[in-house]
Amino acid sequence: MRSMTRMVEEETPAVAPLHIPAETDPFLADEVTARSGVNTRTCFSCLTCSGGCPFYKAMDMGPHGVMRRVNYGLKTELLTSNTIWLCVGCHTCSAACPMAIDVSAVMDVLRQMSLEEGIAPAEPTVLDFHREVLGSIERYGRTHKLEIMLRYKIRRFSFLEDMDVGLKMLAKRKLDLKPSKIKRPRILASLFKKGWRR
Amino acid sequence: MSDGLIQVSYFPGCSLATSARESNESLIRACGYMGLELVELEDWNCCGSSSAHSLDHDLALGLAARNLGLAPKDRPLMIMCPSCYRNQIGALTRLQADGVARRHWERRWGLEIDPGLQIVSFMELMKFMERLRAMGTMPELDLKRGLGGLKVALYMGCMSMFPPSIRPKRPSADVLIHQLKEFGAEMVTWPHQDRCCGTFLSVARPDIVTPMVNDIMNSALNVGADCLVTACAMCQLNLEIRATIDKKPPILHFTEVAALVLGARDSGDWFARHLVDPRPMLKAKGLTGDRA
Repeated sequence: MRSMTRMVEEETPAVAPLHIPAETDPFLADEVTARSGVNTRTCFSCLTCSGGCPFYKAMDMGPHGVMRRVNYGLKTELLTSNTIWLCVGCHTCSAACPMAIDVSAVMDVLRQMSLEEGIAPAEPTVLDFHREVLGSIERYGRTHKLEIMLRYKIRRFSFLEDMDVGLKMLAKRKLDLKPSKIKRPRILASLFKKGWRR
Repeated sequence: MSDGLIQVSYFPGCSLATSARESNESLIRACGYMGLELVELEDWNCCGSSSAHSLDHDLALGLAARNLGLAPKDRPLMIMCPSCYRNQIGALTRLQADGVARRHWERRWGLEIDPGLQIVSFMELMKFMERLRAMGTMPELDLKRGLGGLKVALYMGCMSMFPPSIRPKRPSADVLIHQLKEFGAEMVTWPHQDRCCGTFLSVARPDIVTPMVNDIMNSALNVGADCLVTACAMCQLNLEIRATIDKKPPILHFTEVAALVLGARDSGDWFARHLVDPRPMLKAKGLTGDRA
């Protein structure tokens, strides 16, 4: 019996003991729950969310990892993860969750918390893109794709990337030169005053 | 009502107003054939897209609330873009439950927000019209052309994926499948019907999106689809610009198909605006030109 135990111990790869860093935030789950309207504590880590997530392969922790860490209060790990930025809010996870948890809403809240705390995003291109979209809405009340793309490329210093796609879209008249606008875009101005600016 | 057409408020959204104008034009045409007049919402603004709710919930709610306030009370509001639809439904649901927030935004915009506003997706509207036809209130659809067994993979993207709070409002694929069958298409069953197209990561992380859309396109080709048909203008564009496979199947807007079948003689520049030209396929199937 003893030898068998040893055999199992030798052949099973060592599982790292669960390491909970000292700097946990015991109120994180409460805060996320209050802000998202989602009771994060009902999650029992069944992994359905990550199983269906189209972006899981590119993520560092996946949606299930986010939910788990929220409940453990691992704030720093969460706010510096790329998962919160790669989630596009397609709701594939929310639609499948057996506990009816709106995971996308949790991702939104964490993203906003990371901006509030001034943490550098793990996916800077995503934040730059969002900033350009919101800037366009602020200027015109609607999105102007050509300008968003150009300003995004200038921000990223990546003019040559996607040049072919851009030219094709221009040739097919998919990118309008002039923006479509609302009558008085200035009425929206006071909405745009939060920490996502840089 | 004018000319016996039923009037419905209409929110096109930024994509349909600009980069997917062919979808907008064909939608208006197809609705006309079905007995609907789409009245565009006066001075609508962007719903906030994915970016507003990603970075600032107040901003997202404020933008959506203004659109809700602009909607006339005497008719339903149809939102064509699935992403706008989800954002606007989410905002309306919030404001229905939270009277304080509703009054705040009403004061802010100087508009009255009707908590009982009916927001409908294109699919719901189609289903409604089908019921009217079944009851004999509307005349049967006059199909000028058939799709002649065109093998269609319906691509819904993430539009049927709704969070629990607003799930009853999610658009259903069944209506489109049923309609396409009635138009004479042969619908293929395939695994990627509800797979997300990658949305804005197509700009920020094309390296992630390209393999995803290639998978989607290959999956449709594997089951023998001639083309993909979608009801989301963003999905349509993402599949077209990011796929790198050799033989890309054309990706049609559902409304283009409907307008063609219901009798649009001139499809204008709709098909010329596609990055994957569907005209050779349509011609081979006898779907373009003046056969009507």
